[in-house]
Amino acid sequence: MDMYFSKDHEWVKISGTTATVGISEHAAHELGDITFVELPAVGKVVKQFETVAAIESVKAASDIYSPLSGRVTSINETLENAPEVVNESAEESGWICTLEIADPAEVAKLMSKADYDEYLKTL
Amino acid sequence: MKLIYEQSVPGRHGVRLPASDVPSATSLPAELCRSEAAGLPEMSELDVVRHFTRLSRRNFSVDTNFYPLGSCTMKYNSKGLENAAGLMADVHPMLPLLPGGEPLTQGCLAMLHDLGSSLAEITGMDEVTTQPLAGAHGEMTGMLLIAAYHREKGNKKKYVIVPDSSHGTNPASAAMVGYEIITIPTAPYGDMDMDAFKAALSDETAAIMMTCPNTLGLFNPHVKEICDLAHTKDALVYYDGANLNAIMGKVRPGDVGFDVIHVNLHKTFGTPHGSGGPGSGPVGVKKSLIPYLPSPRILKKDDGSFTIDRENGRSIGRTANFFGNFGVMAKAYAYILQQGREGLIRVSEQAVLNANYIMSRLKEYYDLPYDQLCMHECVFSASRQLQHDVHAIDIAKYLIDQGYHPPTVYFPLIVKEAIMIEPTETESKATLDAFIEVMIEAARLAETNPELLKNAPVTMPISRLDETKAAREQKVCCIG
Repeated sequence: MDMYFSKDHEWVKISGTTATVGISEHAAHELGDITFVELPAVGKVVKQFETVAAIESVKAASDIYSPLSGRVTSINETLENAPEVVNESAEESGWICTLEIADPAEVAKLMSKADYDEYLKTL
Repeated sequence: MKLIYEQSVPGRHGVRLPASDVPSATSLPAELCRSEAAGLPEMSELDVVRHFTRLSRRNFSVDTNFYPLGSCTMKYNSKGLENAAGLMADVHPMLPLLPGGEPLTQGCLAMLHDLGSSLAEITGMDEVTTQPLAGAHGEMTGMLLIAAYHREKGNKKKYVIVPDSSHGTNPASAAMVGYEIITIPTAPYGDMDMDAFKAALSDETAAIMMTCPNTLGLFNPHVKEICDLAHTKDALVYYDGANLNAIMGKVRPGDVGFDVIHVNLHKTFGTPHGSGGPGSGPVGVKKSLIPYLPSPRILKKDDGSFTIDRENGRSIGRTANFFGNFGVMAKAYAYILQQGREGLIRVSEQAVLNANYIMSRLKEYYDLPYDQLCMHECVFSASRQLQHDVHAIDIAKYLIDQGYHPPTVYFPLIVKEAIMIEPTETESKATLDAFIEVMIEAARLAETNPELLKNAPVTMPISRLDETKAAREQKVCCIG
């Protein structure tokens, strides 16, 4: 499964026409203990790099930008009562939502895992 | 310490009422009569006085200690202002609105009108509404004015540009009014990235919202150019005046080209805030926006008397009950008169001097991401202390033990482990020096005894709270 990252520290895993979206382990660590995840409504249509969800930690409230354009097809309801799952497993079980991908070509604006790791070193 | 309900003793009273010597009323409908006693604590007057006096001594306020909370301007609030407001406290807020009420409330109306005029003079605006109840309420009022302007002109506007060094309420206010937000990053010198701004500015830009000085405590040297560029697209420029304490009497935002401004009376103009106390966020505008100002407006007639104009034609309507938080305005008006023109200039000069003094003395011990002259506040980073696993929050908690209110931490978001210090003008050099020594000691402890910082505070009624647990497992209940 292909995995890509945005400069805003979201990740997306692509499987056919479905994208799974979350925040990177780096972002989860930087935010500190996450206390609330505001999940999108299923069916919501988002454009690439527009706000799809919001996340609150003890330090800050941050928007989560969608790495790709698409329609929200499912949300990780576990996070409603257990936002700490994002801290425990940001890039696996702490996923936020899935999208039906609108434009696969948008992947060109994202980074590979290796490129993202290099990008983190520049911050 | 026991809750007031836990101190209740059955049958105890504050006053002993004499037996009734008139017949009981029988005409009250049964459904309006209480069938059981109200669940109030039963206490003597002295019990109550001691309870609240003890509580007040556990409170932290600028009346007891230094309170260098960045971005919040926690200046000392002169007691004389309380007295001034007290002189006007007995007027019923409905009175000026009742038939025949205007002649009975000329003093209050004059105060509201003159406060607006004074703020217009200070900010370089043409008219000010004092209705908004707080800063963010002022922002939303200002954005509604901008939306009304574009709507009436038939402008097709969609976006509001906000630098990432603005107050977090700016994008929220613009979104509340229905605009989409474009965030502009910060350039290496701490001001808005001008190339990114120019790329984002378009015919669909409704407004640019700037906090100036920004949340890094830096004055943007390009403000005039930004205003001029915005106006070429008929985009209006909003000035978030939360940091007005840095430039009052030095720069008038209206002269630079800003179209709308809100000021925080509870920050800049010496009125109390915090702990849910009332605020006030008057909004000033240029001529082009006057027709949309909230109604009712207070007008001065040719004979010098004041009247309430209820004309609602092009106005965005009422934004607050009555005329806003009147008591706050009375204190701010007294503050402006007390300081006078020279005094207000001295306030901002002293506030900026104090912040720069702290910055220059502490930058040897803490990282300073944007190392240049600051305005009324300075933003350090605890990244150097992070090497010893000491975070900004640990330094903040240590300061509590030393008798200081912590500075703002983790804001602005664009600075890692941010520590944002705003000393204000009301502190002496001796107070600043004592605070600086404690900050230097904290930096030393981060290297030599980080555990001490991580366990702070130890002198308070309660130790460090588990903020995560408090946020994740909220248990809010009412006893009684």
